[in-house]
Amino acid sequence: MTLTLYLPRDTAALALGAEAVALRIEQEASRRGIGLNLVRTGSRGMVWLEPLLEVSREGVRTGFGPLEEDDVGLLFENDFTDHPKALGAIGDIPFFARQTRLTFARCGVIDPLDLDAYRAHGGLSGLARAQAMTPMEIVEEIIQSGLRGRGGAGFPAGIKWRTTLETNAPSKVIVANADEGDSGTFADRMLMEGDPFALLEGMTIAGRAVGADRGFIYLRSEYTNANRILKDAINVFSDHVLTDIGFSIELRLGAGAYVCGEETALLNSLEGKRGTVRPKPPLPAIAGFLGRPTVVNNVLTLAAVPHILADGAPGYAAHGTVRSRGTVAVQIGGNVRYGGLFETGFGISLGELVTDIGGGTATGRPIKAVQLGGPLGAYFPPALFDTRLDYEECTAAGGLLGHAGIVVHDDSADMARLARFAMEFCAVESCGTCTPCRIGAVRGIETIDRMIAGDPQAAPLLADLCEVMREGSLCALGGFAPYPVESALKHFPADFNGHRTAAE
Amino acid sequence: MTDPVPRARQIAEAHRHLDGPVLPVLHAVQAEFGHIPAETLPEIAHVLDLSRAELHGVVTFYPDFRTAPAGRYLLRVCRGEACQAMGGAELGEALRRALSVDWHETTADGVVTLEPVYCLGLCSCAPAATINGVPRGRAGAEALLAELEK
Ligand SMILES: Cc1cc2nc3c(=O)[nH]c(=O)nc-3n(C[C@H](O)[C@H](O)[C@H](O)COP(=O)(O)O)c2cc1C
Ligand code: SF4
Ligand code: FES
Repeated sequence: MTLTLYLPRDTAALALGAEAVALRIEQEASRRGIGLNLVRTGSRGMVWLEPLLEVSREGVRTGFGPLEEDDVGLLFENDFTDHPKALGAIGDIPFFARQTRLTFARCGVIDPLDLDAYRAHGGLSGLARAQAMTPMEIVEEIIQSGLRGRGGAGFPAGIKWRTTLETNAPSKVIVANADEGDSGTFADRMLMEGDPFALLEGMTIAGRAVGADRGFIYLRSEYTNANRILKDAINVFSDHVLTDIGFSIELRLGAGAYVCGEETALLNSLEGKRGTVRPKPPLPAIAGFLGRPTVVNNVLTLAAVPHILADGAPGYAAHGTVRSRGTVAVQIGGNVRYGGLFETGFGISLGELVTDIGGGTATGRPIKAVQLGGPLGAYFPPALFDTRLDYEECTAAGGLLGHAGIVVHDDSADMARLARFAMEFCAVESCGTCTPCRIGAVRGIETIDRMIAGDPQAAPLLADLCEVMREGSLCALGGFAPYPVESALKHFPADFNGHRTAAE
Repeated sequence: MTDPVPRARQIAEAHRHLDGPVLPVLHAVQAEFGHIPAETLPEIAHVLDLSRAELHGVVTFYPDFRTAPAGRYLLRVCRGEACQAMGGAELGEALRRALSVDWHETTADGVVTLEPVYCLGLCSCAPAATINGVPRGRAGAEALLAELEK
């Protein structure tokens, strides 16, 4: 009899010691003469439980974690039942039970490179349906689903696709934006490591919908594990699925520039140029990669597509709020007790996510603020925790939803230091095209330093500077950097009063 | 070691058929030599039909591309906000002090290069770092330094 065990090879699991656990499992099995089938999956997204080992009991997956190598012996001893690290059925863990897993349904469940398992869990049925539809019907289906871009701006995916479909050209391109540069976000990575075929299937459907023959995945170079898994997944998918579909998929690596997540900078980078932002128009949907009509979508936008096609638009649109339909993959990180990925319908409140689901801070201290939407997102104090995750509502609350990353800070956080960091980040990552961003960010650092030092003239200067950056920047790097700065200042003015010392 | 110039030419020629071959070529050259040797640039520019100035502009734009070799260990430490919330700034501080380097520098013995990174996608197990690409979550200065001693 073979023993089948499931252990993630997601980067977070690896970072917390999964390889050492895997090695011990193999040693223990061979020592006991047990045949072992160790399936390496993606992560369930409950990062505080990683490395999380699973075993299937009468069709129910039960878990053990967070495991250390020295826990392994007893697992074998007790035949994977009683154990101090036993968690019971995965589906009953509250963090997991409360989710609506559509995009991440297979993540952590199957071997990411096993196409048969992918199929057995509903994969490729969306593509099969799309192949029986006309391009316009597919586009209509996406419009009906209400799917909006998950990369930050929330632009309706179907509308973008329609633009490209209606543009005549001999060759069109699909680009999956896998640059995932926002701090506090890792959902794209998890999906690519745990269920890469979902992305590839989504790209293929998008290709059919708009008439594209080429697909590129632009992956940030920091994601070395995702790179390995995607490479293998593309080979399998090309050999078994794309054989008689006129669509190819190529993987390309970024080179450490945050701004290359911006779609036009990304296209310049793909073409082999410096990753500077292009003015719009032309829209990439009309003239993008090498001048060809190009759909640029975030990984999660594309990965949501197979499910929408398989289950139909109404089912997807039934989740969420009136204008933010479907599910959002929330990433809870920073100083949080139960951190990880939580997929749920739009409309859940910030407070429920961080205090209830996230369990408050890891340090056990009170929450001071959370940053929502990456390094260019606003800080929200607990007073705003009734804000619901919905594109319009987050904007109305003075912030942005972005890629739905939430970073929790406890009461030891120095908001002036974080505001300064936002300006520093902007200065480091600016592509240099516009003065308000390139120079303004440097001035921003100096001005915040002056505030911290107690200069009363600095505050109005900072306000002016933020105004100039907001109004005079070509893209959201310079344009949104004022969000974290001004929200920190607005909600935590005392931190800027000079009684704290600035680090660095 | 292989002579970088003919090897870079080979690499560039092997990628020339791609649409947008420049980054793939630079990545491949760096994977082989640990950095992009200056003498390979004219060769690469020639094969890819770029001006030297254009190629230089690309190489210097992207933080990944090194013009000088890194130490035996490339230690990348996340400076992102999620990591800061878990003591990431203090971790960076402690490492710089222990190694007597600033960001982007290599230790005097040439063994360790310290680079900042802005998010590794490990924000739920912060602070995060990588040593030669191997990820470490809830990283502490002592444990990281101990790995570098091996
Ligand atoms: C500075 C900057 C960085 C960005 N980084 C990313 C990124 O890493 N991933 C992403 O999908 N979108 C990113 N975007 C948004 C893209 O420009 C673009 O809106 C998105 O890829 C479109 O796909 P979507 O409609 O599916 O969201 C960034 C935008 C800016 C201004
Ligand atoms: S705002 Fe900054 S990053 Fe964006 S285009 Fe201008 S200089 Fe480049
Ligand atoms: S902010 Fe450090 S890993 Fe994301």
